[in-house]
Amino acid sequence: MARILVYVESAEGKIKKGSLELLSASKAAGAETHALIVGPGTKGLAAEIGRYGAKKVYVCDEAQLGAYNPEIYGDVIANAIDSDKPDVVLATGTSSARDVFPRVAARMGAGIATDGTELQISGLDVRVRKPLYSGKCTAIATVQNSKVRFVVMRPNQLPISEPAASASPEVVAVAAPARDLKTVIKNVVKSTSQKLDLGEANIIVSGGRGMKGPEHFKLLNDLADVLGATVGASRAVVDAGWVPHSMQVGQTGKTVAPTLYIACGISGAIQHLAGMSSSKVIVAINKDPEAPIFKRATYGIVGDVFEVVPKLTEEFKKLLQ
Amino acid sequence: MDYIPTQSKGDMMQIYVCIKQVPDTETKIRTTATGIDSAGVKWVMNPYDEFAVEEALKLKAAHAGSIVTAISLGPKARVVESLRTALAMGADEAVVIDAPEHTDNYATAKALAAYLKSQTCDIAFSGKTAIDDNSMAVTQMVAEFMGIPHATVVTKFELKDKTATVEREVEGGASEIVEVKLPAIFGANKGLNTPRYASLPGIMKAKKKEIKEVALASLGVSDADFKVKLSDFELPKERPQVKMLTGDVAAQASQLARLLREEAKVI
Repeated sequence: MARILVYVESAEGKIKKGSLELLSASKAAGAETHALIVGPGTKGLAAEIGRYGAKKVYVCDEAQLGAYNPEIYGDVIANAIDSDKPDVVLATGTSSARDVFPRVAARMGAGIATDGTELQISGLDVRVRKPLYSGKCTAIATVQNSKVRFVVMRPNQLPISEPAASASPEVVAVAAPARDLKTVIKNVVKSTSQKLDLGEANIIVSGGRGMKGPEHFKLLNDLADVLGATVGASRAVVDAGWVPHSMQVGQTGKTVAPTLYIACGISGAIQHLAGMSSSKVIVAINKDPEAPIFKRATYGIVGDVFEVVPKLTEEFKKLLQ
Repeated sequence: MDYIPTQSKGDMMQIYVCIKQVPDTETKIRTTATGIDSAGVKWVMNPYDEFAVEEALKLKAAHAGSIVTAISLGPKARVVESLRTALAMGADEAVVIDAPEHTDNYATAKALAAYLKSQTCDIAFSGKTAIDDNSMAVTQMVAEFMGIPHATVVTKFELKDKTATVEREVEGGASEIVEVKLPAIFGANKGLNTPRYASLPGIMKAKKKEIKEVALASLGVSDADFKVKLSDFELPKERPQVKMLTGDVAAQASQLARLLREEAKVI
C-alpha cells in the first residue's frame, strides 16, 4: 500500500475541487492518505480534509504563507515530505502548485509528472495519462528512479467521492524555517472578476471574432452568470486587445477541460482547439456551417450569436430557476 | 559544496536563454509504439521561448557589452535549427547539449544547470512552458539545481541594481508583483513583449556562426537522472459526430437546454 501525501489548496476558506478530487482518488485506491495544507486560517479545514479520507493532516498556518512565495512554500512542502516520507505526492495544477512542485522535486532528487488527466493508482504503482502536443496524442507518464514521486494533475478530471459524516484526523504542525529570501512578494493585484479561474471552471463560455467587438462580451457575461460559468476568449480577440490575455483559451493561453464549453463565434483554429478539445461537452455557435469548431462539437447551432446567445441565456434562466 | 555564482562586473551581463524545439502546432502527429513518428514533423522554437529570447535581447540592448547565449537540449541534428533562429533574432552565441528524444524535465534541467554553473551566468530566461509536453517544470528545476531564485509566467520585467521586479500572471486574471535578486531565471509568458522577426542579414549571419556542442554525460547526467518515462502513446478518442440543432432560434435554444440537461447531464 502506498502512502500518498495530497497537497490541499483552499480559497476563501473553501477546499479547492481539484484537491478533493485527489483526496478521493487516493482514498479510492486504498492508499494511506495524508494531506498538507498551508496558509493562515487553514487549520480549521483539517477536519473536512479528514472527511475526504486523510488520516493525518500537516498544517502550516504561519502568517508568512499568506501570499505565495516559492522559497517559503518550497521549504514548508519539503519539511512536510521529510517528516511524512510518502511514496507519492499529489497536487492539483493551480498556478502556485505548478510553480513550486518542480522545484521541490528537484530538491529531493525526484521525478515529477505534471498536467495529468487520468490517474491510475494500484498498490505502489502510479501511472498518469497526460496529453502531449496540444492534445494530439496522450501517453502514460511513470515516475522512476525516485524515492518520492510527484504528480500534478489538471483540475476537473476525477470524480469526488462522498465525504464521511465526520472525521478527526491527526493534525501535525509544520514550520516554515527562517531563510535569507531572494524572492519578495511586493503586491498581489486581485482581479475584479468574481468568477472562477478558467483552469478550474466547470463551465466556460468563450467568445471569438464573431462577437464583433469587446462591447458585445456582455452577452457572454450574461450567459455565464446564469450558468455560473467563466468567460474565455480566442487568441484572435485577445490579440485584437478586446479582452486581457488571462482570458485566452488555447495554444498560448490556458488549456482547459470543463464539463461544458460553449464556443460563441469561434471558428476553431487549431491553436484554439489545442486548449479546449478535451472538454467533456462542447457547444459551438457559429454562422459559418463549415467552421472547423463543428468537427469537435457535441452540439452545434448554425446561427447569429447575437440572436442565439441571448435566447440561450433566457432559456437557461428558465431551466435553472 | 554550494555553488557560488560568478557575476559579471559593471553594467555588462552574461544573459542565457534556454530554448526547446517542439513540433509546430499545425503539424500532424502520428504515434508509434514508443513515441511519435518524427517523419514529416515540422519543428519550431517553442512559442513561449520566443518571448524569452526577445526579453534577453532587450536586456542586452539596455546593458552595453552584454552577451546573449541561447542554449538548447535535444537531438542535435534538429535542435540546432532553433538555435539558428535565436542567433538570427540577435543572440550572440549558441550551445547545443546533444540528448535523446523525450529527455525528461529532470535530466534536462540538471544538464542545463550544470552547464550554466560552469559559466558566468548573471541572468537566464526561458519560456514558462513548452507546448509539446506542457510540463512547466524545467525553469524551476534549473533554478533549484543552481541554487538561485526563479519566477515563472512573467508578463512584465524590469531590472534595476541586480534586482528584477516582475509581474506574473496567476489564477483568475490576478497578478503578483515580485522582486527577485539576481542571479535568477525567469519563465516568460505571452504578453511580456512582442518577439522580433529575424532580419535577412541576421539569418545570413546566423548560418555561419559556430554552435558549441556539449555532451550530456560531460554534464554529470546519467541514466538515473531520467525520471519520467513516457509509454503507451495513443491518439485521442474520436469524438462522436456533432448533433446539429435545427429550427428557429427559440427552438434551437430550448432543444440545447433540454439536451444539456437530459442527455449530456452537464447543467
